[in-house]
Amino acid sequence: MKIIVFVKQVPDSAASVAVEDGKVTWGDAPLVINPWDEYAVEAALALTEAHGGDVVAISMGSEDAKEALKHSLAMGCAEAILINDPAFAGADSAAAARILAAAAQKVGDADLVIFGKQAIDSDTGVSAAMTARVLGWPAITLVAAIDALDADAKTIQAQRAMEEGRQVVSSKLPAVLSIVKDYGEPRYPSFMGIRKASKAEIPMWSAADLGITAPEAVVSWPEIMSPPAREIANEIIEGGSPEEIAATLADKIMAEKVL
Amino acid sequence: MDFKLTEEHKMAQQMVRDFCAKEVIPTIADWDRKQEMDPAILPRMAELGIMGINLPVKYGGQGFDYITLGLVCEELEYADTTLRVVMSVHMGLCAMSILQWGTEEQKMRFLPKLASGEHYGSFGLTEPGAGSDVAGMASTAVKDGDDYILNGEKMWISLATKAHVCLIVARTDSTADKPTSGLTAFVVELDSEGITTGDLHGKLGVRAGSTGWIAMNDVRVPASHRLGEEGEGFKIAMGSLDNGRYTVGAGATGLIRASMDASVKYAHERETFGKPIGSYQLIKQKIGRMRRDYEMARLLCLRAGWMKNEGLRNTRETSQAKWFATDASFDAANEAVQVHGAYGFSDEYPVERFLRNSKGAVIYEGTSEIHTLMQADYELGYRKDKPLRCELPAFNAEEWQAEK
Repeated sequence: MKIIVFVKQVPDSAASVAVEDGKVTWGDAPLVINPWDEYAVEAALALTEAHGGDVVAISMGSEDAKEALKHSLAMGCAEAILINDPAFAGADSAAAARILAAAAQKVGDADLVIFGKQAIDSDTGVSAAMTARVLGWPAITLVAAIDALDADAKTIQAQRAMEEGRQVVSSKLPAVLSIVKDYGEPRYPSFMGIRKASKAEIPMWSAADLGITAPEAVVSWPEIMSPPAREIANEIIEGGSPEEIAATLADKIMAEKVL
Repeated sequence: MDFKLTEEHKMAQQMVRDFCAKEVIPTIADWDRKQEMDPAILPRMAELGIMGINLPVKYGGQGFDYITLGLVCEELEYADTTLRVVMSVHMGLCAMSILQWGTEEQKMRFLPKLASGEHYGSFGLTEPGAGSDVAGMASTAVKDGDDYILNGEKMWISLATKAHVCLIVARTDSTADKPTSGLTAFVVELDSEGITTGDLHGKLGVRAGSTGWIAMNDVRVPASHRLGEEGEGFKIAMGSLDNGRYTVGAGATGLIRASMDASVKYAHERETFGKPIGSYQLIKQKIGRMRRDYEMARLLCLRAGWMKNEGLRNTRETSQAKWFATDASFDAANEAVQVHGAYGFSDEYPVERFLRNSKGAVIYEGTSEIHTLMQADYELGYRKDKPLRCELPAFNAEEWQAEK
């Protein structure tokens, strides 16, 4: 079977994100593969280990995104492709979904397209569903476990993580999945994979390669601002007994009009 | 001159850093307190390929260079010294000695299991009565037909109770002109009859590791397990130390970084007289020195690693790296405790563990005093390195990474 996993290069989760001159910046914080996408790569690799086949990792972004692809190769993906075209700059979620769907179609014959549940930079969490919509494939989002996959019959059964528990969903393949943390810890890159990844030449696909014109963004950001810093003060309430402390606390809560 | 690490270096470094952050650092204080080695550590290091990082692929290794070995050691010791010690004895002192001095048959016999971590390697040189005075060792090896019979005791042996094989040096000729000429090296399987091993407890540091003793009572070792020629044991041991010391120096570099990171974090968090302590000059002085020493130790280690890659003799440079980095790591950990004040005196923070762990490395693999004398002797012209019969093979990416 052939699985495509989409990965994104994002600022490290420890990065301090700020707004400067109306633009978002994370300073010189390192860029890393989106942590949620590592779960997606893990799921894709585990499925091909169990059922045969290869995983193709694809990212859309600047040349920096090659790092995320190399990480995916080092984890065990067979192939990596970078979608890179200046015309794609400023793509919103809907435009990105059209571009990613075009890439999936260009790869061809994919049984599954897998995403992480969201990217930690934009945090929209809609790419899997929107790409599935463009492809016209079923979407199974927030997958915590895959119970069964029949590559010949082209069927899959997965468990979706819900607030109330798990929802078991069956679908025909090809399908689009998004993977959550419950799936299991992603593997580290292997040393053999690192050697392979460091030598890999990653092909770049432009809009022309995908046979599309850059989709127009429908969402714009007229203004970006940092939220005002909150003033926080700590106070330790003392008293002779728990009752006395609780009574003082209740008075303060009422005085501050918290309740 | 190019100071950049390659993509391979950086990815391997990051992989080991992630492993330590996820699987070692969260629990290491508990294992240190219990004075036990986490039983998951060695199998996990083996599974991840760390145990064979810089051995050629044809011997089952990962085919990375000697610089990567140093980077891996830095990351391991950033988490805890005990993990780096594993690489020092298993790789630096045992496996790399076989790579350097072994026949092709010995390499094919021993290295694949060491590289995969199916076997752990150790190094038996020190004895209860012989440390810096290597030639004063009492262990003997007597030829008996196609075998040697080994007797004696080895002390302060890392992984003594965990290892499967040990590179043991013993005296084969008590009448040699020079005591150092009568020593011979053997790769001894530790499940051989007549071997007993035990762990030592009550150590100041490296408490989450295994340090012990190996006693040999009429242990029969096939002559095919002899490494090098009879009488080459001292040269082999000193060559092994060129590699072991490299891992110790690189690891100490990680300990300086760990002490610095902990100090910086605490200096931002802790306030006195209404200001973070990082704003005071005497705290800045300590942290500034840690950064200076980290950079110096790192560069000395990278130079030694580069020389190994190039196949250049590096006894002098490796000694400088080990000597400086371990002394500096002791200073950094000591100052990190001082930065933490009374909290540094408690195991609530990691810096007291860093200080306890740092002390061993200024003693083992050549005390700082030995390195001082070595460097002075080089400088005064009293010491010169002669070519060895077998030099450590230079790193050759194409050859080392060729699939079998």
